[in-house]
Amino acid sequence: MGSGSGLACSIRLNTTLTPEQQTVYQNEETIRALLEESKNIAILGMSTDSQKASYFVGSYLLYEGYNVIPVNPRATEILGRKCYPDLVSIPEKIDMVDVFRPISEIPAITDQAIQIKARSLWLQLRLIDLESAERARAAGLSVVLDKCVKMEHGRYHGSLHWAGMNTEIISARRATL
Amino acid sequence: MAGEIEKTLNPFMSKESKRQFGFDTRMLHAGHVPDPYVGARAVPIYQTSSYVFSDADYAAQLFELKQYGNIYTRLSNPTTAVFEERMASLENATGAVATSSGLSAQFVVFMTLLSPGDEMVASAHLYGGTVTQLSQTLKKLSVQVHFVDPTNLKEWEAAITPKTKALFGEIIGNPRGSILDLEALSGLARSHKIPLIVDSTFATPSLCRPIDWGATIVTHSATKFIGGHGNSLGGVVLESGKFDYSRYATIADPSPSYHGLRFYDTFGHYGFLMKVRAETLRDTGACISPFNSFLLIQGLETLSLRMERHVSNALAIARYLREHPQVAWVAYAGLPDHPQHVLAKKYLPKGPGAVFSFGLKAPDAGDARAKGKKFIESLHLFSHLANVGDARSLVIHPASTTHQQLTDEELIRCGVGPEMIRLSVGLETLEDLLWDLDQALHAAFV
Repeated sequence: MGSGSGLACSIRLNTTLTPEQQTVYQNEETIRALLEESKNIAILGMSTDSQKASYFVGSYLLYEGYNVIPVNPRATEILGRKCYPDLVSIPEKIDMVDVFRPISEIPAITDQAIQIKARSLWLQLRLIDLESAERARAAGLSVVLDKCVKMEHGRYHGSLHWAGMNTEIISARRATL
Repeated sequence: MAGEIEKTLNPFMSKESKRQFGFDTRMLHAGHVPDPYVGARAVPIYQTSSYVFSDADYAAQLFELKQYGNIYTRLSNPTTAVFEERMASLENATGAVATSSGLSAQFVVFMTLLSPGDEMVASAHLYGGTVTQLSQTLKKLSVQVHFVDPTNLKEWEAAITPKTKALFGEIIGNPRGSILDLEALSGLARSHKIPLIVDSTFATPSLCRPIDWGATIVTHSATKFIGGHGNSLGGVVLESGKFDYSRYATIADPSPSYHGLRFYDTFGHYGFLMKVRAETLRDTGACISPFNSFLLIQGLETLSLRMERHVSNALAIARYLREHPQVAWVAYAGLPDHPQHVLAKKYLPKGPGAVFSFGLKAPDAGDARAKGKKFIESLHLFSHLANVGDARSLVIHPASTTHQQLTDEELIRCGVGPEMIRLSVGLETLEDLLWDLDQALHAAFV
């Protein structure tokens, strides 16, 4: 702590996870691989309210070229996409299950994510359920906790930087097209 | 699609190291990856008011804040974004918003956080311009500020009421160089669930990083040591990303100007800064010029090197003045007899900045004013002006300039005695600065 603590500074911000847990559940390589290789993203708890965080993330990911699949039992269509009541009803293979639901629902969502053989389980900001995370990991899913998909995508694509945010990206190499 | 240029500036596949880079490395690199089209090594100056939208859908998403991107330089600018991210990196902040000056940085914080009827508790040891902003301009907005002795934690605590929405102080206070006890104050703020706001202009992140000690919001006049060359006005707001704003209606409640958007709910740990940018900066127009951002970035690239010399010159001059027979007192927290020397060693181990004041020996107030004037007029190297934090050494005699309308009694009440001289120690050859002070002291006392 403080300014006299040496050359390097901790800039791993904004999570209650321990450094060891961050290495597993906020792993930079995992996150970048998921953002790069995922196509079908199911958004659990996608709201019909255009000012909710889930709607912001959904519309952003759609615009960035992902196949966004809203999951909300109380809606039939969001952002012009067919909406499903739960994960098991989706006919497509799911690369990422992105969760905007309360912590109490995470175990049941994890069960379904494992059942449909989703590639990954991603819990949004402030969502941490280590038990479910461990279970999903044991079943072979990549797991990310307490991170926003939109922010992480923006971080590596340069747009988060426009908002004056600390992306923690340092490089002297010329960017490639 | 979504702004091809913007998507490729920080390439998806570049393999930045996961290493946590040191402070000096980040002074030079944070916030700027050379772009793929030109590869300019220096940060380009984007001297433009506005940005062509790639398509109508993208424009609509930008205006709804559903995409990050540039609309108009009053809100954001690519050159300014480098300055902002670099400052955020150096302060260990979650992000930053640059403004036109240090006072506007403070003002946009208060305008974003506070509502009419709210109160704030602030240190009484503040820059005079800040005092009037708090006591006069905020009063017009029905915000009441209680001023307390910053060195007395009990006074801070006693001034907090259920209406108190923030604590505010300068890390190194005016005019006697008092040091804010950051850990104690952030603990007090935390226990009342209110943010501690620290102005860290005199320290810069090179000497102290208040967020590491629990501060929630940090402001700077970047005009001073950050720019470091006395050529550009600018300010910056930084935020820790760790404060829970759910009980702050100004940040958490639906925003009427964004169709009921809840900034804290939607943007989480950067909800406060998004609100500062998308609402307060938009509506006050307190934006920085891109060219000033460029010059402030130039300053940042040598910040730690300059601060080392600033504080070593300052300490040597303070020691010299301390021993001078015509000097009554020296208020520099780097000296062992300063009341907050222990706090200075804790929070500012490399040195408590390079701005401090000292008093000329004089039998009465009238004599002190005359000697102060003569001293200033006799200096050759110290520039007589109203600024601090230039690479050059600066001096001012408040009683004969900024505070000349005040009576002797009023001067003493606001901590600015007629005998007080304020220095901002620059980077010149130390022996030359000592020579200049010595000959001017001699001239003042003949």
